[in-house]
Amino acid sequence: MNRMFAIASNTFKENLRDKILYNLVFFGLLLIGGSVLLGSLAIGEQGKIIKDLGLASINVFGILIAIFVGIGLVSKEIEKRTIYTIIAKPIPRYQFLLGRYSGLVLTLVVNIAIMTIGFFATLMLAGIGFDGGLLKAIAMIVLELLLIVAVAVMFSTFTTPTLSATFTLAIYVIGHMTEDLQVLANKLENPVISWTFNALYYGLPNLGYFNVKGEAVHGSPISMNYLLLTTSYGIAYTALLMIAASLIFQRRDFK
Amino acid sequence: MKPLRIHGLTKEYRIGFSRRSVLALDHLDLEIDEGEVFGFLGHNGAGKTTTIKLLMGLVYPTAGEAWILDRSIRDVGVKQSIGFLPESPFFYEYLTAEEFLTFYGQLFGIGGVTLTKKIDELLELVSMTDARRRPLRKFSKGMLQRIGIAQALINDPKLVILDEPMSGLDPVGRRDVRDIILRLKQEGKTIFFSSHILPDVEMICDRIAVLVKGRLKAVGTVQELAGASSVTSIELVAQDVSESTVAGIQDWGATATRRGHHILIKLEDDKRVNDVIERIIRQNGRIVSLTPHKQSLEEFFLTESGMNRI
Repeated sequence: MNRMFAIASNTFKENLRDKILYNLVFFGLLLIGGSVLLGSLAIGEQGKIIKDLGLASINVFGILIAIFVGIGLVSKEIEKRTIYTIIAKPIPRYQFLLGRYSGLVLTLVVNIAIMTIGFFATLMLAGIGFDGGLLKAIAMIVLELLLIVAVAVMFSTFTTPTLSATFTLAIYVIGHMTEDLQVLANKLENPVISWTFNALYYGLPNLGYFNVKGEAVHGSPISMNYLLLTTSYGIAYTALLMIAASLIFQRRDFK
Repeated sequence: MKPLRIHGLTKEYRIGFSRRSVLALDHLDLEIDEGEVFGFLGHNGAGKTTTIKLLMGLVYPTAGEAWILDRSIRDVGVKQSIGFLPESPFFYEYLTAEEFLTFYGQLFGIGGVTLTKKIDELLELVSMTDARRRPLRKFSKGMLQRIGIAQALINDPKLVILDEPMSGLDPVGRRDVRDIILRLKQEGKTIFFSSHILPDVEMICDRIAVLVKGRLKAVGTVQELAGASSVTSIELVAQDVSESTVAGIQDWGATATRRGHHILIKLEDDKRVNDVIERIIRQNGRIVSLTPHKQSLEEFFLTESGMNRI
C-alpha cells in the first residue's frame, strides 16, 4: 500500500513539474474569466452564460488533461524506459498501475478545484452569487474524468500514445451519443446491424449520465438518487476498466 | 543457497505482423556462487539483456525456470533482495538525486531515518554528494550511471544485477564503476553483470560465461578461459635505450620505433619478453609500459564454434 502511495505521489510530482498542465489550467481560467465579457453582450442572460461557459471550460480542460496526461501515464514510462527499474522493484504490476492512476486523479482533482475556485470567484465578481447546484455538476464532471482516465490508461497499456489518444477521444465522443445508438438500433430493419448497435450501446460507457450541466445552469433540481446511481455507475465502470488494464499490463513483455 | 540458479531458460520473441519467431535465449543453464563477481559476455544481440530482463520479470520466459536466493523469479517478493541497473538507464529526469533515491527506497518499503542514512551513504559511495539537490535532467551520462548504481543498492541487496554498467562511459567512469563493483564484492555481495568490454571483465570477474546467439558457449574462471586465449603481440615502451641495445633486441625478431625519448618495441609473442626487459634494464634503460594484446575471449569462442563464418 505504501509502495502504491509512493508511485502515486511521484506521479503527482511529475504532473506538477510539467509545464503543459499549467498552460491548460491557465487557459481554463482565462476562458472562465472571459465569460464575463461574453455575458455582458446578452442583457439579462449574463448569469446563465457565465455558468454555461464556466462549466463547459472546466469540463473541456479536465477532459484534455485526462486524455493527454492519461495516455502517457504508462506508455511514457515504457518509451522512456523508466519502467525497467520500477518493474524490477518488489511491487506488483497492478499496484504500479493503480498508483499511476491515483496520481493523475489527484492531479485532476487539484486542477478542477483551482478552476472551480476561479469559476465561483468570477460568479461573485459578476454579482451573481453562490449556486450549490453547480457543485453537483462539477462533481459529475470529476466522475466522468475518473472514467476517461481509466479508458486512456487501459489503452496505453497495450498501444502507442497516438492510438490511445485517438481511441480514448473516440470513446469520449461515442460515449456522449450512446442513446442515439439505441434509437438507431431500434429503427433499423437489419438484425445484424441492429444487434451491433445495441451491443455498442450496452458495452460502451454512457457518458451522457454525467452531464447535468444544463439542469445546474437552469436551476432544475438534480435528485440525490440520480447522483448516487450515476456515481455507482461511474465507479463500477472505472473499476472494470482498471481490472482489464491490470490484466493486460500483467501479461506484457517489456522488450 | 545459491544466489542465482538458471535452468533451461528460454525466450522466444514473435516479431512483426508475420509473428516470425526469434529465439533470443536458448535453454540457458547457469549457477552462480555466493560472493562472486560473475561476468556475462557476448556480442550485442547475444541474449545478455534478454536473460537479465527474464530474471527481473520484465519479460516472461517461454520455457525454463530460474531461482534467485532459492525463490522463483515469478515471485515478486524475490525482488526485495536484488539490486538492478538496466542498460543505458533512464530515470525520472524531473526528480533531484535525493528525491529519486527516496522514491526508489520507498518502493522497497524503506523509509524514515534508515532511508536518509542509506541515501547519504550511497551518494558518498558514488561520489555524488554535491549533486544531491540537482535534477537528473542536468546529469551527464557518467553521473546517471553512478546514480543508477546507487539506486540499485538502496535496498542493500544480496545479489546485484548490472546490465552493461560500463558501456558508454569514458575511462575514468569505467574505472569508477569497476572500483564500486570490487567494493561491493568486499562487502560480501554477489554481482552478476553483462558486458562486451573484455578488459573490464578480465580485470574484476571471478568467473565468466560466454553467450553466443542465445546459447551458452563456455563458463569458467577467468584464468581457465583467458588461458585458452593466446597472446597475439606485446607492445613495450621504454626510455633511455641505447642504439646498440635496440639493435640487439631487433635481432630477436622484434620491431622498434623511436618516438622522441621513448621507443616502442613490438614482439610477436611473449617468449622473449623477459629477455628484452632484462636487457633494457641492464643498460640503465627504463620500462614505461607493457601491453599484451590478446585475442579476445569472444573471438576465441566464436572461432571455436565456427560462428563467425556468417
